[in-house]
Amino acid sequence: MIWSKYSAPQAFYPLAGRLIPWFAAVAVLLMVVGLYMGFFVAPTDFQQGESYRIIFVHVPAAWMSMFLYVVMAIWAGVGMGLNARLSFMMAQAIAPTGAMFTFLALLTGAMWGKPTWGAWWVWDARLTSELILLFQYAGVMLLRTSIDDLRRADRSSAVFALVGVVNVPIIYYSVQWWNTLHQGASVSMATGSKMAATMLMAMLIMTIAFWMYSIAVILARVRCVIVERESLPAWDEKPAVIHEAVEAR
Amino acid sequence: MKPRHKRFAFIGLGLVVLGVATVLILNAFQSNLVFFFTPTQVVSGEAPKGRSFRIGGMVEDGSLVREKDGLTVHFIVTDTAKRLPVTYKGILPDLFKEGKGAVAQGQLGNDGTFVASEVLAKHDENYMPPEAAEAMAKAKASGAQQSKSLVVPQGTKDSL
Repeated sequence: MIWSKYSAPQAFYPLAGRLIPWFAAVAVLLMVVGLYMGFFVAPTDFQQGESYRIIFVHVPAAWMSMFLYVVMAIWAGVGMGLNARLSFMMAQAIAPTGAMFTFLALLTGAMWGKPTWGAWWVWDARLTSELILLFQYAGVMLLRTSIDDLRRADRSSAVFALVGVVNVPIIYYSVQWWNTLHQGASVSMATGSKMAATMLMAMLIMTIAFWMYSIAVILARVRCVIVERESLPAWDEKPAVIHEAVEAR
Repeated sequence: MKPRHKRFAFIGLGLVVLGVATVLILNAFQSNLVFFFTPTQVVSGEAPKGRSFRIGGMVEDGSLVREKDGLTVHFIVTDTAKRLPVTYKGILPDLFKEGKGAVAQGQLGNDGTFVASEVLAKHDENYMPPEAAEAMAKAKASGAQQSKSLVVPQGTKDSL
């Protein structure tokens, strides 16, 4: 199987269509399992009581918000390096999902902060840098839509995305580098986990579920982008029709 | 070098330069990015005088005293090296406890007491069921295990 042939949007379009149901099914399944474990199996926390259960959404969402930004920046970089249209389209498709997870992380964080800290919002390094990440996603999307010439829009938003990638390590390490109200990492590569095993398991399952969800949604969105930008007849699934359309142009 | 290699090298170089610049900028703003000062910093005069700032640390065990009006509380914030008495009038967050982390905003009075206008509880990174917490408390009481403090004096923080 030659993978490079899928770098052409016309070839990637049907492949993405075939992959979406699988990722979507796994996402739904894992989300059901993860939420059940999070709400009914995982024990109550010794200090926070039940309010800690927001972490089963908050932490995976925050991880995905950073992870998706890095993936978006990589696609943008690859697009710049290889002048590949599909890479830019991937970067374009990732931004809204990344922004959604950033917003979700901020929202659930506020909902948790009020009962735990006593404040909806504080301007500490972790919260502020995550808010900046939301603005970065918004900036990438706005920059793209504000430029009419597609090639220039691609390149400008790619540069923006690449520059913004410095914020990701800042978000991640903010709780170590500075005094913050936000607690340190409960799960890290270096020190292992500071959570009970079932809590950790539920959180990791939710993370994989969000990951699979992201892939499914991004593939669906990139199909829309391909149709939009390549002016293809969208509603016929058969690749032959797409090839005909391309040849006819 | 092919043009695309050049472009990738350019992107890589750009990111490295940007990274170095960011590190320098963050270093320059180090003191502005700190959410709270530790009692040690306050005692050594690093905290701003005459204006409001935040202090953070552990609420010392046995230091919490409530006045008769039920609202005014006195407690001592410590980073295990220095101690700072705090007065606060208002409602404390649920998770505010002796031996746990807290952040208070307010001003340093002339008598060396910190008068807080807002108190936040600082949660730690440990999540466990109550049974496990009890077991750990027992182990600690028998001296078998030293619990890890959540607020670490600055300087040692990098080694985390």
